[in-house]
Amino acid sequence: MEPVKGKAWIFPDDVNTDVIYPGRYMSITDAEETPKYLFETVYPDFRQKAKPGDVIVAGKYFGCGSSREQAATAIRYFGIGCVVAESFARIFYRNAINLGLPIAVVPGIREHVSEGDEIEVDLAGGELINHTAGKELTFDPLPRFLLDLIGQGGLIPATRKKLGLM
Amino acid sequence: MGMTRSSLTGSSLTGSPLTLAEKILAKKAGKDKISAGEIVQAKVDVAMSHENGRMVKLSFERIGVEKVWAPEKIVIIFDHRVPAESERTAIGQKELREFVKAQGIKNFYDINVGVCHQVLVEEGFSRPGILLVGTDSHTTTAGALGAFATGIGATEMAAVWATGELWLRVPETLKIVVNGKLPRGVYAKDVILNIIGRIGADGADYKAIEYSGDTISSMSIASRMVISNLSMEAGAKVAFVIPDSITEDYVKTRAKGPYEMISPDPYATYLSEHTFDVSDLEPQLACPHQVDNVKPVTEVEGTKINQAVIGSCTNGRLEDLQEAARVLKGRKVHPEVRLLVVPASWKIFKEALSEGIIETLVDAGAVLVNAGCGPCLGAHQGCLAPGEVAVTSTNRNFQGRMGSAEAFLYLASPATVAASAIEGKLADPRKYLEA
Repeated sequence: MEPVKGKAWIFPDDVNTDVIYPGRYMSITDAEETPKYLFETVYPDFRQKAKPGDVIVAGKYFGCGSSREQAATAIRYFGIGCVVAESFARIFYRNAINLGLPIAVVPGIREHVSEGDEIEVDLAGGELINHTAGKELTFDPLPRFLLDLIGQGGLIPATRKKLGLM
Repeated sequence: MGMTRSSLTGSSLTGSPLTLAEKILAKKAGKDKISAGEIVQAKVDVAMSHENGRMVKLSFERIGVEKVWAPEKIVIIFDHRVPAESERTAIGQKELREFVKAQGIKNFYDINVGVCHQVLVEEGFSRPGILLVGTDSHTTTAGALGAFATGIGATEMAAVWATGELWLRVPETLKIVVNGKLPRGVYAKDVILNIIGRIGADGADYKAIEYSGDTISSMSIASRMVISNLSMEAGAKVAFVIPDSITEDYVKTRAKGPYEMISPDPYATYLSEHTFDVSDLEPQLACPHQVDNVKPVTEVEGTKINQAVIGSCTNGRLEDLQEAARVLKGRKVHPEVRLLVVPASWKIFKEALSEGIIETLVDAGAVLVNAGCGPCLGAHQGCLAPGEVAVTSTNRNFQGRMGSAEAFLYLASPATVAASAIEGKLADPRKYLEA
């Protein structure tokens, strides 16, 4: 898996799925349409400022709340390169992996990265470089099984492969 | 209410005693040995989706399999936006109705049955010892009957529809023991809010919880469902009440399929153990905007409210409506408050109707909403305006959850919601519940 390189956007602890993707848009099922509502209620200017390839850097328990997959879908289809958080809520973590959205758990991350820093994340190698601050961090990579799922583009391609459909 | 934390270690003398989560997953993964932290491929017994089954369907079609793996194990229940609040929802529901017909999925419940977690229990899909997954976070509710029940995303549900299997990380388990007789005006909702306040909104993230103790074992199935439902708000992957005779009495007459009364092994290894004594507990409220921002009613009473909601998969069952009616009987909802009552199912509605509860609530000034998720997720049927305050028996008080991001939500028991509706401000229900 190639390292992800982009600009960091800092988020607090406990960013819940209602904040990431409001419940009122849950009937939207077209993945391409979901980024239009990403962070709409609480961070309405995020979509104007951030660019595909950028990295979300968050505190603990990112993605807590409902099981709505659109929270991970909207981030993935916006083109965010990776979400790095101190910890993730369980269902968001699963959805991200199953959709092939790269994620990394890096305790204490926000002490080492400020908004706008250029960072590079090597998911498989467990290394994060902050080019702006000139810092390097290491972290425990996800288990191999999960990295493989992300690498294959998520559970749909992985299931197709398993069933001999590709 | 005290709490102790201590680490219990597994007995090395008896081999490897297993928690309830480990026991069920070992069985479903076909393994003799299993331990927390490992990832297994497990076979699913029940796969539930609501309207988001449409997203599952889209992912399922992308996988490219023609038929679902076992139509009798799939359950589809419409509850989130019933009746359809928009053309978009109507189209989604229509597509899904056609899909269940084409796939031969008989366990389909249209807009006239109830909230998925309630229907799963009422209709006998939630059973001890099974692996139940649902595309809704509050699927943990079925843990009240001893099921390994957990919420998953739409894409992974599509993989379940295609293969009947799912990767699951075997969770570590928190053992939570609750003892003591609940005081007047204090309910399962107050117990679980207090626990979440103490262990935190991520206190059980990716973990299983096993609940036991005399408070839990004397609770009805309905009350146990409150505990397992709201455990999700502490991050729990699964929240078991260890199945007992109350569970079996409930399940044996309605079980749709086999079940097994599985208990954890003595000396299983727990991540931590927490013991609570609830005999002096006061009514509790989760204050804006976090479910773990929990305070006793005596600290927050007097805050003016605009809306009061009784219902949802958390607290929309018969005993909840009965308690609300006890508080509201012969009284009136404050003229500046909108009280919405949303039974968790039509079965419950009919029982409440025949007991005269509905009449009591409507006479008091309540607006009755059809069984479903209603205003809980802010899609329709009771959204709030900026600056408004609601007290609600539902499960989340996140910013923007019930409409405006500038509204404020307090979570409480149905009795506390009813008392607050009378006074037009957050109120202590105990004064309306004299013995």
